[in-house]
Amino acid sequence: MEILSLLFDGFAVALTPQNLFLAVVGCFLGTLMGALPGLGPANGVAILIPIAFSMGLGPTASLILLVSVYYGAMYGGRISSILLNIPGDEPAMMTCLDGYPMAQQGKAGEALSLSGVASFVGAFFATCGLVLLAPQLVKIALLFGPAEYFVLFTVAFATLGGISSTNQAKSAFAAALGLGIAMIGSDSQTGSQRFTFDHIHLYDGIDFLIAIVGLFALSEVFIFLEHHRGGAVASASTTKVGRIMPDFGMIKRCIPSMARGTGLGFFAGVLPGAGASLGSFLAYSLEKQSVDREGKTFGKGDPRGVAAPEAGNNAASGGALVPMLALGVPGSGTTAVLLAVLLQLNITPGPLLFTKNPDIVWGLIAALFLANFILLAMNIPLVGIFTRVLMIPTRILMPIVAMISFVGIYSITGSSFDVMLMVGFGIAGWVLRKLDVSLVPVILGILLGNQMEVNLRRAMTISDGDWLVLVGSPLAIVLWVIAITGFVLPMLMGRRMKKRMHAARNEEEFVGD
Amino acid sequence: MSDRIFGGFGLALAIFYIWAASIIKDSFMVDVVGPRAFPYIVGSIIGLCSLYFILRPDDEPDWPHIREFSEIVFAAAVMFMYCWALPEFGFLISTVFATAYLTWRLGTQPLWSLLVGVLTSVGIYVVFHLILGLALAKGPLGF
Repeated sequence: MEILSLLFDGFAVALTPQNLFLAVVGCFLGTLMGALPGLGPANGVAILIPIAFSMGLGPTASLILLVSVYYGAMYGGRISSILLNIPGDEPAMMTCLDGYPMAQQGKAGEALSLSGVASFVGAFFATCGLVLLAPQLVKIALLFGPAEYFVLFTVAFATLGGISSTNQAKSAFAAALGLGIAMIGSDSQTGSQRFTFDHIHLYDGIDFLIAIVGLFALSEVFIFLEHHRGGAVASASTTKVGRIMPDFGMIKRCIPSMARGTGLGFFAGVLPGAGASLGSFLAYSLEKQSVDREGKTFGKGDPRGVAAPEAGNNAASGGALVPMLALGVPGSGTTAVLLAVLLQLNITPGPLLFTKNPDIVWGLIAALFLANFILLAMNIPLVGIFTRVLMIPTRILMPIVAMISFVGIYSITGSSFDVMLMVGFGIAGWVLRKLDVSLVPVILGILLGNQMEVNLRRAMTISDGDWLVLVGSPLAIVLWVIAITGFVLPMLMGRRMKKRMHAARNEEEFVGD
Repeated sequence: MSDRIFGGFGLALAIFYIWAASIIKDSFMVDVVGPRAFPYIVGSIIGLCSLYFILRPDDEPDWPHIREFSEIVFAAAVMFMYCWALPEFGFLISTVFATAYLTWRLGTQPLWSLLVGVLTSVGIYVVFHLILGLALAKGPLGF
């Protein structure tokens, strides 16, 4: 009951005219960002964070705008998957398998509406799961001392590599790189300057927004420049959208698929490191195994093959918010970007967030519910507008994306040095991506580095320098076991899983051709 | 080979990082661990991972050909110049040229690229500066 009353208070915050307006704008912009090939939710939110901050909105209003962009982009990812067979981001990859064949059969409109409904179901129930699960997790998190927190951060880094990279050494390198960057600036405990080399611009450390926008958005521009010189990108103008209003018979037939997809997706989202890609992959694979064992309809435009992964990836994005809000440990790239939003607003996620800032956390959760309804209402009638965006050549859109990234960072910092640093991060991001080094642990390292060090030093102060304090409680030992398992398991399974994900897509693409 | 070169860079970075950590000055406020311990741990992880890349490299990544590579180098150079030009020439003028360059290199005709540059620059100026009130770089002409 207490949760319900807190949620009602949250709705009171989210339903003010200004916040409602921001939610609608966020949903619209997010869907557009998600629809553009190459620009997923992480990029979309990354580009818009500096803009939201420089507009001088309050913490709750900024959060509502940015989570609406997040959910919007998760919805939008399916549009280019279905119409162009190009996933907007990795989680939308599985939607291509049946979505594109449906579009080829002239059922693009129906596929889009169906996937909109499936996205709604996945995200809505995942948000309900968040309401129920996060406060429970908070109760456990309240038992954590500094040593347990240090180990928890280790768990986040150990598991985040997961299936995002097949080489765990590269994930560990990426995390250490991020932690190393976080050490630049004044030491929070003693005030000593570290790694600044008397360079005045580095005294305050490197703003993580600069790193995030550079690593995510600008490196995407470089990747695009490398692959699409000449602008040879498919255009949606060749695909007919057809009938838009969903066929209720079709939706009814897909309800069990959506339910299974939602459950699996939410579970995958809550697990640190797994995220939406695994959610949609598991949902699609298990759906195929349970309803189409002989492989007769899946991959050839079966609506259930659109409904399951869409419910799965949107449920996973809701699930990923559980560890992010309750423990301060993000489970995916986009939640890492959202964590940056919170830290920038001087809000530290974790158990204390629920007791210290209930208005913010419940306002945020209410905004998620709201965003879902807005997106459902927006996505079916406005499908035509979103598809028309795909007709604007990407060779014109990409430079605009780059310029908006510059505008955002410059308007926050007002310094040429910081914008140059962002370009430097963009180049580094391109090189790291070429070498298959995941960027998410780098971001997470920059975000969590200081917290991780502070907790280590506190634990050591309490124990008077005895390092055994890090394994001094049963909770800490359990966390170490999770960290080690999370690091070792992908070495055994991750490569196979990743290969299967790509094989599934390539195989269907071949069939589709 | 790429991973081995990467590992070499990583190792150099780790050695530099550990050296830079060793010269961090102590403050009058001292805790048990001090400001150097965590950077030492981080530097060691970077070093160990780099050694692993040298000993067990992954398959060769798909590097771009010299032409695509030079596109990226030039685009990066233009972006750096754009950052330098922002306070010198102001947002509107700098953005026209930077956007036009990128649009041109992505396959639009030069004149059209210039038009896209002008439209983007003016569009962003109107939306973000005039409507949303964001501070953009001012040049000698005041915009």
